[in-house]
Amino acid sequence: MPDQLKIVIVGHVDHGKSTLIGRLFHDTGALPEGKLEQLQKAADRRGAPFEWANLMDALQSERDQNITIDTAQIWFRTPARQYVIIDAPGHKEFLKNMITGAASAEAALLLIDAHEGIQENSRRHGYLLNLLGIRQIAVLVNKMDLENHRENRFRQIEAEFRQWLSSIGVVPKIFIPISARHGDNIAAKSPNMPWWQGPTVLEMLDEFNASESLDGLPLRFPIQDIYRFDHRRILAGRVESGVINVGDRLVFSPASKASTVKTIERWNAPVSDRAVAGESIGITLTEQIFVERGAIAALQTAPPYELTQFKARVFWLGRQPFLPGKKYKLKLATQEAQCQIESVDKVIDASSLEPVPGNCKERGVGRYEVGELTLRTRRPIAFDAAAEIPPTGRFVIVDGFDVSGGGIIADGNYPRRTHDSHHRSDNIYWSRGKVTPGQRETRNGHRGCVLWLTGLSGSGKSTIATELERELFNLGRHVYILDGDNMRHGLCSDLGFSHKDRTENIRRIGEVAKLFADAGVICITAFISPYLADRDLVRSILPADTFIEVYVNAPVSVCEQRDPKGLYAKARSGQIKNFTGVSAPYEPPLRPEIELHTDSSTAAECVASVLDFLACTVPPYRF
Amino acid sequence: MDHLSKLENQSIYILREAQNKFDRLAMLWSIGKDSTVLLWLARKAFFGHVPFPLVHVDTTYKIPSMIEYRDRLCKEWNLKLVVGRNDEVLKSGVTYPGGKATRVECCGTLKKDALKQILDKHRFTGVIVGVRRDEEPTRAKERYFSPRDKNMEWNVDDQPPEFWDQFKTDFAPGAHVRIHPLLHWTELNVWEYIERENIPVIPLYFANGAGERYRSLGCHPCTSPIKSHARTVAEIIAELRLTKTPERSGRAQDKESEDAFEKLRRDGYM
Repeated sequence: MPDQLKIVIVGHVDHGKSTLIGRLFHDTGALPEGKLEQLQKAADRRGAPFEWANLMDALQSERDQNITIDTAQIWFRTPARQYVIIDAPGHKEFLKNMITGAASAEAALLLIDAHEGIQENSRRHGYLLNLLGIRQIAVLVNKMDLENHRENRFRQIEAEFRQWLSSIGVVPKIFIPISARHGDNIAAKSPNMPWWQGPTVLEMLDEFNASESLDGLPLRFPIQDIYRFDHRRILAGRVESGVINVGDRLVFSPASKASTVKTIERWNAPVSDRAVAGESIGITLTEQIFVERGAIAALQTAPPYELTQFKARVFWLGRQPFLPGKKYKLKLATQEAQCQIESVDKVIDASSLEPVPGNCKERGVGRYEVGELTLRTRRPIAFDAAAEIPPTGRFVIVDGFDVSGGGIIADGNYPRRTHDSHHRSDNIYWSRGKVTPGQRETRNGHRGCVLWLTGLSGSGKSTIATELERELFNLGRHVYILDGDNMRHGLCSDLGFSHKDRTENIRRIGEVAKLFADAGVICITAFISPYLADRDLVRSILPADTFIEVYVNAPVSVCEQRDPKGLYAKARSGQIKNFTGVSAPYEPPLRPEIELHTDSSTAAECVASVLDFLACTVPPYRF
Repeated sequence: MDHLSKLENQSIYILREAQNKFDRLAMLWSIGKDSTVLLWLARKAFFGHVPFPLVHVDTTYKIPSMIEYRDRLCKEWNLKLVVGRNDEVLKSGVTYPGGKATRVECCGTLKKDALKQILDKHRFTGVIVGVRRDEEPTRAKERYFSPRDKNMEWNVDDQPPEFWDQFKTDFAPGAHVRIHPLLHWTELNVWEYIERENIPVIPLYFANGAGERYRSLGCHPCTSPIKSHARTVAEIIAELRLTKTPERSGRAQDKESEDAFEKLRRDGYM
């Protein structure tokens, strides 16, 4: 099967991009039957001359205005391979569509009108292609017929534009003189320009290289989602760079947890213990650890940076400027984090490279401008420099509901460990009057809740609670355990173990837990709490979805074998009365939010399932 | 990595993004080759499972064997199916060709409005659709994640930027999003993939004894077969490598005016 190459055609408005595409299509015999006649008839009906450009500009508004508004793609073939041609609009106001079209291309054709010469968007598009990471660029000097096919006009434009491109570090593959409307030097050599000894556009296309494989770079496997299918916990994602093998020891950033690849999962595909860059796969791990969407798995020998600050070049497309002091959402691979501008070094006009007028520290980065700045995220994120590993070195900025800018991370002497992770944003969430739960949630990055562990003595509640507390604490969550003994010593020192006193004990604990949850804390309780009605009472005093009942389930026989405090032995010999499971009942939850089987799962697996649940219901960062 | 695998991996990535970002997600299944390939890709993405319901908009004018094929796959692949139908209009009889509706008006009520009814009823916020850029020009301008406002309208003049596989996944309440994981595939790619993966497709695509086959499937009053002797997937691939006839040439509703299809799509058609 012949391979495919994606090519974007860019340049200033009216320099002939859509015309070139119409021509390429016609000259390679790719036009559908009847299309040419259909377009000719349509042009006649409107009383307008036939334009090759109408082939691409199929939408009504574009035909009426004669300019390309949005990017579009069409396909054609040469004997060597198939091409996807992406037509990008040349109007400045449609720059977001040009970026959309250009970002996925492997090579670019930049058109310049020989008569009009180099224009604003010739330069801006050149700059943006480079920023988007497109390295293969050919420049086509079009409409040579309007300049009587003169070689010196061509050479003049070539010299001027080559110099400008070199100032931004771009070395074009070639300059070719063409006339798209008349087909000169497109598929066939032009009889009008005998002085041109170079290739035609089609010959040149076949010389472009397919984009390089990223297999040779360090492994980056961003976690896209976590699935539980068929009793397996699968970490799904796409290998963005490098290669992943069964048996690889992975470190997951930014939490820096480690585990080993047990299997590589695919469906209806040949089994392989290896996956390369570009493959969308799943993995399972030998040791269960808590991992969320957004984590980036890497080999321990070459991890990404984990920081809250980096330098970047950002091109801005939003209607509102990119402002210092305002909060935005940053999306990098599958990570999302709140961010803001820490400082602005420079804001330039990408068509002239000149600094824009005004104090850029106040005005920020305006629409279609490029800012060189430092960004600060609210929590540490994992990233690379774009020049080293492109897929994890670029990001977008979301303003409100809209993707409003894109950026690439500049090289910098970033430290490899998180030195500034204690860095917290300023007290911008202060409310002078009432502090609402929403404000607390925004400040904390999560909402408060009660994780109510219930189960027999010896079922593992305390072990899981303390592990859970440590994990959540390390994840930056506000968390606290209400300890049974501590409560009995203080607040509940007047209570015994009768049914009535147990009920009162649980009621008080419930009220305290409610206060913690209200304060925005993830409150973990680990009490036997044997009665359904008591637990339901606590559930009823808490807001909906705030009470998370975790049934720590282990058979009495197993708990009795463990008997860490020797209580079962005492109960059996009658030294303890009303002992749950021996001489007092335990009423298991009917519909717990989470059920853990501590006789068949390890403590770490139990903790991981609770964390998985929380990742869905108590989002760590919400905007 | 070969070309089909590249397409496949990109589609899986998009399906997984959709699954992660939308609580109320569904996939449109027209029973045609494209949405059946999409269904297959969903099973790839979710390791043999399809974690969202499939929506089939039933115009009641579909070719009967399409319904049989639909129900068989539902059973074999353990799919959850939701069928949408515009009963009001069907009852009133304002359809094509029996009633007083043009082809385009008929598509508007039986497909577009029926779709809106079912989206509203189930409060779906994300709908996965198997359209491709190479099918026809308005689809060439689509995004992978393409927002529709509360009236299902597509604001083609102001589409979100989409680059580096970062998609628009934040929305004002009331809007829904069309997700197009097959956007970058061509008709030929679809058949090459059907061949590689051995995906069961409805036999209407293969030439019958009279030397005709359907290239694109729709309602029987507005869909006609093409002349063809391609009886196998391999023969269809060979035929497509040479053809210069557009894929939707057998779909009459596209041809009522120069921009008939474009208008349908702006109003929320697939």
